[in-house]
Amino acid sequence: MNFSNEQLERYSRHIILKDFGPEGQHKLLNSKVLIIGAGGLGSPAAMYLAAAGVGTIGIVDFDKVELSNLQRQIMHFTGDVEKYKVQSACETIGLINPDINVVTYRERVDLENIEDLITDRDYDFIIDGTDNFAAKFLINDACVKLRKPFVHAGIIRFEGQLMTYVPGKGPCYRCIFDSPPPPDAVPTCSQAGVLGVTAGVVGTLQATEAIKYLAGIGELLTGQLLIYEGLNMDFRKIEIVTNKSCRICSQVPAEIELTDYQNNCCTG
Amino acid sequence: MNDIKADAFVDITDVVCPTTFAKAKVAMARLSEGQILEIRMKAGEPLQNVPRSFKEEGAQVIKVIENEDGTYTAFIKKAG
Repeated sequence: MNFSNEQLERYSRHIILKDFGPEGQHKLLNSKVLIIGAGGLGSPAAMYLAAAGVGTIGIVDFDKVELSNLQRQIMHFTGDVEKYKVQSACETIGLINPDINVVTYRERVDLENIEDLITDRDYDFIIDGTDNFAAKFLINDACVKLRKPFVHAGIIRFEGQLMTYVPGKGPCYRCIFDSPPPPDAVPTCSQAGVLGVTAGVVGTLQATEAIKYLAGIGELLTGQLLIYEGLNMDFRKIEIVTNKSCRICSQVPAEIELTDYQNNCCTG
Repeated sequence: MNDIKADAFVDITDVVCPTTFAKAKVAMARLSEGQILEIRMKAGEPLQNVPRSFKEEGAQVIKVIENEDGTYTAFIKKAG
């Protein structure tokens, strides 16, 4: 376990942390996390994981930065408008912590590429920072199939939710939500809106789950859905159980067939 | 006079808080349970905090001695 003098100083607050220590930091430095979506959730997640010293961070996003993103997507700055989000993300991470190996994928996750993205660097943990149901179901199904842990999250208005899936340790997203809601049940962008900090709170909780999993500490949100309501500042945890007849995680992983749902919501 | 045989030595006089304890902890992490780490530190903050921090984490502070150059040396036994 070797740390350079710079690493000793940079990560000193982690190293001196009881129950985390040099061992926890060493694990982070050797870890690989894939963040799908470099938006509201992916921004704080990527920035905190970079600051924490997660050795390799993969970022998947197809979009360019728009002015309307900046209210919540804090990894991108005013001067980044019109840049591809993966480029902007890479630059921000480099400024926070030049030690991090950033791998960028300027792609939209779909049926064809999701497995390749996850297996490209054999990522240890996946963060779902997407904004649409099609991607969320796809990420769940692919992670169950490839036996990869991930943290799901979603936000709208003042609210957010998250849960963590670890193979063999509890239910998957499909155990709770069998299939995407019908298109007319999903608010359009103009109806929805989101308080920017909601993304910060929930994305930061996702980063916390990732760090705990990688360092092997604490209790994860496996078998629990955390619901955050910012307006009355309420955090609730709902116990969830594995659905024995879940259409995804009750199957033999290798035999799981991925489904490409129609994308019902706008992106960004 | 010192008759304690340490298993490893680390000098933390070249760093400041909180890197002092961090550097000592990294050195301790390389040892096994029951082994002894010898730590050279400055007076003041490191002397006040580093042995105490190890103690709080369950390690045993065997001895702290003052050196001729004004620095201090602590012998800490790793806990299980």
